[in-house]
Amino acid sequence: MPLTAPDLHAWIRAFADRVAEERAYLTKLDSAIGDGDHGQNMNRGLSHAVDQIDDDASMSDTMRTVAMALISKTGGASGPLYGTLFMDAGKTTAEHEELGTPEVAALFRAGLDGVQRRGKAEPNDKTMVDALLPAVEALEAAADNGTPLSEAIQQAADAAKKGMEATTPLEARKGRASYLGERSKGHQDPGATSTYYLLDAAATAWSDRA
Amino acid sequence: MKKLINTPEDVVRESLQGMAAAHPDLLTVHFDPTYVVRADGVPDGKVGLLSGGGSGHEPMHNGFVGRGMLDAACPGEVFTSPTPDQMQAATEAIDAGAGVLHIVKNYTGDVMNFEMAEEMAESEGIDVRSVVIDDDVAVEDSTYTAGRRGVGGTVLIEKICGAAADKGYSLDDLEALCARCNDNVRSMGMALTSCTVPTAGEPTFDLGEDEMEIGIGIHGEPGRKRMEVEPADQVVERLMTPIVEDLPFKEGDDVILFVNSMGGTPLIEVYLAYRKAAELAEQHGLRVVRNLVGPYITSLEMAGLSITMMRADDDIVDLWDAPVHTPGMRWGA
Repeated sequence: MPLTAPDLHAWIRAFADRVAEERAYLTKLDSAIGDGDHGQNMNRGLSHAVDQIDDDASMSDTMRTVAMALISKTGGASGPLYGTLFMDAGKTTAEHEELGTPEVAALFRAGLDGVQRRGKAEPNDKTMVDALLPAVEALEAAADNGTPLSEAIQQAADAAKKGMEATTPLEARKGRASYLGERSKGHQDPGATSTYYLLDAAATAWSDRA
Repeated sequence: MKKLINTPEDVVRESLQGMAAAHPDLLTVHFDPTYVVRADGVPDGKVGLLSGGGSGHEPMHNGFVGRGMLDAACPGEVFTSPTPDQMQAATEAIDAGAGVLHIVKNYTGDVMNFEMAEEMAESEGIDVRSVVIDDDVAVEDSTYTAGRRGVGGTVLIEKICGAAADKGYSLDDLEALCARCNDNVRSMGMALTSCTVPTAGEPTFDLGEDEMEIGIGIHGEPGRKRMEVEPADQVVERLMTPIVEDLPFKEGDDVILFVNSMGGTPLIEVYLAYRKAAELAEQHGLRVVRNLVGPYITSLEMAGLSITMMRADDDIVDLWDAPVHTPGMRWGA
């Protein structure tokens, strides 16, 4: 069964729950190379987003609501970045009643493009792009192969996890971490970490979807 | 954490309520979305001047709202950028038909949030420009980093641009002036101690009892080097030399010299440092035509100071001298 609006609601709730659980861990990662507010900010934005979700809303309305909630409540760089991700990803859902693997691939591709437009990060800059890009590529490959959604999204989450882990040896070139130069090496990027949670939440929420 | 607060989550709101209670003649505070706006309204046809950023740097920016400086300011959470809905509401509130200039300090979050606000304001038909301030010479590598940070120069620029807007500068001219000021100002800071963000509860970074960080950012971002504490005169020289060499300031230049406390350093020490900074400026053949001394762009309770120097022509000096009446800066009015 493909995805409909309630599946997106379940995904966003699962993402919010995961960030709430891992808030202290995200903050610890961010304290090492940033300003230590990533867990706090993401949790504030996402709990507001979850409060705003209307169970009867369409997919595109839901994504827009989440985007606006994140933009207005998160602050820092994460608000515009995740807000733009949801805003641009949501636009791709407007013409669909339901989403299969190709539509989900298109959704995350649009989100990635939005994040790169807003943040101007390239791969290997040690940012959320390093987790999101491999996930999008995995989804696109899965769409080409006709892989069912539950499998495709798990592959994307696995790819995001690898991408996240691969940020550890990188030297940061964007955001506050970039001021550390060499000293940013040896720390996993907090933004890539929350992006892995975004994908992993989808894999959990959509584990029985085709 | 030992702080004179009630609960960490309420610090920004309660402090703003205090500002509103203390300065009703100068400013009004709006909540949800949160912004501070001048109490007497923006005169018709005057360009609106807006700035904003994380809280914790008081008096910047809220304390510079009033007459002759900012028309509005958007405070974020402590050390966290404000959000586009705040900026959008403030921009609408101060648009008096001549457009609005956003003064943005160069931090990833601030720049992105202001960019989104600009897009939103433009879709409402308001002419908005923005100038990004990046005067911190401590950041040597601007290519592979988020670039130079916006620090003390922002204070001087907000004063000068506020005066220019009052004089009737158009949005184009104000934008050009703001960019010209940014091109002609350089700053560098240092820290003797860290600071604690209330919601974090722990110091932002660790600094040993006998250590200092040269080139610190206003949120505790790392600087050029960490070293043993030295006498003040040597510390001032460590800040002044890169400032002078970077622009570079040249013999015969007129300058505004600004020595700023990071919050925890008392005025007795700031003046002691100013004495040496002025002496060094003179040795470089510079003429200190105006100055500013005190806590204007702080980092909570961090001990330390920053030095800012701006090359000033007659226009800039005239704008600097124009009357200003805000909670954080007042002369001639």
